[in-house]
Amino acid sequence: MLMTGAKILLECLMEQKVDTIFGYPGGTILNVYDELSYYEADGRLRHILTAHEQGACHAADGYARATGKVGVCFATSGPGATNLVTGIATAYLDSSPIVAITCNVSRGLIGKDSFQEVDITGVTMPITKCNFLVRSVDELADVVREAFAIARSGRPGPVLIDIPKDVTAQKAEYEKLPRREHSSQGKLGDLMRRASHDFKAPEPDMKDVSRLAQMIRESKKPMMICGGGVVRSRAHEEMAALASRIDAPVAITVMGAGGFSGRSKLTTGMIGMHGSQASNRAVDECDLLIAVGCRFSDRVALKPDSFARNARIVQIDIDRSEINKNVRTDHHIIGDAKHVLSMLLDLIPEQLDHSEFKKYVFSFKTETEYDHVENRLTPSQVLGTVARLCPQDSIISTDVGQHQMWAIQHFHFDYPGQLLTSGGFGTMGFGLGAALGAKAAFPQKCVIHVTGDGGFRMNCNELATEQYYNLKVIHILFNNGTLGMVRQWQNLIYQKRFTETTLDRAPDFVKLADAYGLHGRRVTTQEELETALNEALACDTGYIVDCAIDIDEMVRPMVGGGSHITEFMLN
Amino acid sequence: MNENKRWTLAVLVDNEAGVLSRVARLFSGKGYNIESLAVGATDDIQVSRITIEVNAYEDQVTLLTNQLRKLICVHSVKILDDSHAIRRELLLMKVLCSTAETRNEIIQIGNIFRASIIDVSKSSITLALIGDERKTEAIQNLLREFGILELVRTGMVALERGQYTIDEQTKEKGEFDYGKNVLREGL
Repeated sequence: MLMTGAKILLECLMEQKVDTIFGYPGGTILNVYDELSYYEADGRLRHILTAHEQGACHAADGYARATGKVGVCFATSGPGATNLVTGIATAYLDSSPIVAITCNVSRGLIGKDSFQEVDITGVTMPITKCNFLVRSVDELADVVREAFAIARSGRPGPVLIDIPKDVTAQKAEYEKLPRREHSSQGKLGDLMRRASHDFKAPEPDMKDVSRLAQMIRESKKPMMICGGGVVRSRAHEEMAALASRIDAPVAITVMGAGGFSGRSKLTTGMIGMHGSQASNRAVDECDLLIAVGCRFSDRVALKPDSFARNARIVQIDIDRSEINKNVRTDHHIIGDAKHVLSMLLDLIPEQLDHSEFKKYVFSFKTETEYDHVENRLTPSQVLGTVARLCPQDSIISTDVGQHQMWAIQHFHFDYPGQLLTSGGFGTMGFGLGAALGAKAAFPQKCVIHVTGDGGFRMNCNELATEQYYNLKVIHILFNNGTLGMVRQWQNLIYQKRFTETTLDRAPDFVKLADAYGLHGRRVTTQEELETALNEALACDTGYIVDCAIDIDEMVRPMVGGGSHITEFMLN
Repeated sequence: MNENKRWTLAVLVDNEAGVLSRVARLFSGKGYNIESLAVGATDDIQVSRITIEVNAYEDQVTLLTNQLRKLICVHSVKILDDSHAIRRELLLMKVLCSTAETRNEIIQIGNIFRASIIDVSKSSITLALIGDERKTEAIQNLLREFGILELVRTGMVALERGQYTIDEQTKEKGEFDYGKNVLREGL
């Protein structure tokens, strides 16, 4: 059928079973938005208009992380496109599958410094898995199919498609193609044909897996790390089964939260800079370390040379370029975590026992015990209360900083996609957009946004989106009047010179909630906190719980960057 | 041994717009200067071959090649070992020759190096020479005293000796392809 580029684009989104788009219109993308009205009218697509393109990108990312599906966002050319950049980088560093669609000025205007023109494919080259500038309407459908396949396949990641405005107006023949046939057609077909695998049923190397099984049997002190790859591959069941079968303690990275239940008897808690005593000491002591979907970032393997110094290190990852990148490994298996772990389960049918090593590991604390202080609220008290009063399966999103670490230390995540946090890129202001994306995907679930006064202020304009689309989120705002994590470093490393970190300024967050048509309450005591949380749960709009937190609260424990993992500078 | 030395990388890529900048920016992004770069289509018009020479430490060159292999537009990458690779570049050089005597002298030197004379004017002579850097440097050293007016080189191209090729299906290549392209259905 002959149709415009705009319509072909939307038809291709239908092929991908996209139901929700987060975006912001503008001059060059008008043809697409004009066509979108027909898809919205009969409910085929839902568009959520955010306050800022960055919010749209974070929302698409949050949607992707929560569902495991590809998130989609739209933006116009120039500033619309560059406003996506931080969001795209956030998705890239955490391997979250999103497709960002931008329109550019018409082909005849490209390169002439036209109004709202930017070379967005050039700008996003280092932060996308792949990006495309569509030069002709005839290749549009093919490009969109390839973009979605690349975003969700292998190690997932963001893909950007830039379409000049005149391409969206031009007409071309379009034939609907079911998704299972995409890999045999067009450029995707070429990609598949030249590759050395059967990509429909890729097999990890059996010899590599057998060797690991052998290493596990030889080990007296095996340990596992659950990384973000377990979450992305939804391998939580296999991870739980294998850890229990080989009786190994499991440390969880920030990105791995939800890949292994925080309630399990085998978990040692978080690992790394703010990792638990148990995790950090176990990794130092173990004789075999199996890292699943973990890239040993500098926040985990703080000092690569001495990381797991007594262990043979085995890395299971889908991305070969992660092997030996940060930490030298002794063995690796390339494959999807779910696939590799289930092969291992087949190879090790017998129950192993490592109670002696576990006894050593669990003699250390798996969680930080924060002091209770009379007459004021502490972060652990707030999070303990939230965990007690809110549904156990609530989705938690965070910004970046102290509150993020506290939240990950305190909540026990049970399933992949339960925690939405910017682990790799560390994007302040990520949480609200991500929470809205998750709420759009799971309207029945309770979504909690844990944030700080610094991060919240960055993108709180999205409260308008929350109110308008009735995407109710409970905001737990740790208001300590400072950029807490930066202050913590200034406190410990910069002799208490608190340069430009104090945020003793507007707004009044309760009034801000009111201004956006939401509710909120300032809380300074346990009693007020419980009242506010109960109100928030019963409320039919979003709710800001503005918690007064002491300016000098710290995240404990802490190992300094570049230090050996058991050299705690703060216990 | 992690020594800083000159590495020759051969990269097979899609013959498309933007691919060269994707490849080149990986080097600049990590602060490496590309010493030499040559690109051209292969026998398959859809595929280009890039030869890159870079000075780097071994661990860095491994990191660079691993990240190159991750790019969707990259088919395969191989580090070409000096002892097993043939490396050649074409050099064009315009040399000043004010008298017939100097012209003869330059032509003689050119003949020794098997350079071809491709243009002659009253006061200049242009030579073309194929070789590796030892040969091209040697001729430059000899002709410098006559006055080199202009010099251009194509950048090194290289092929491995023997029957080995760049796109052999090794286990490692399969591993890189795996993470790049696995199609997970149902998501």
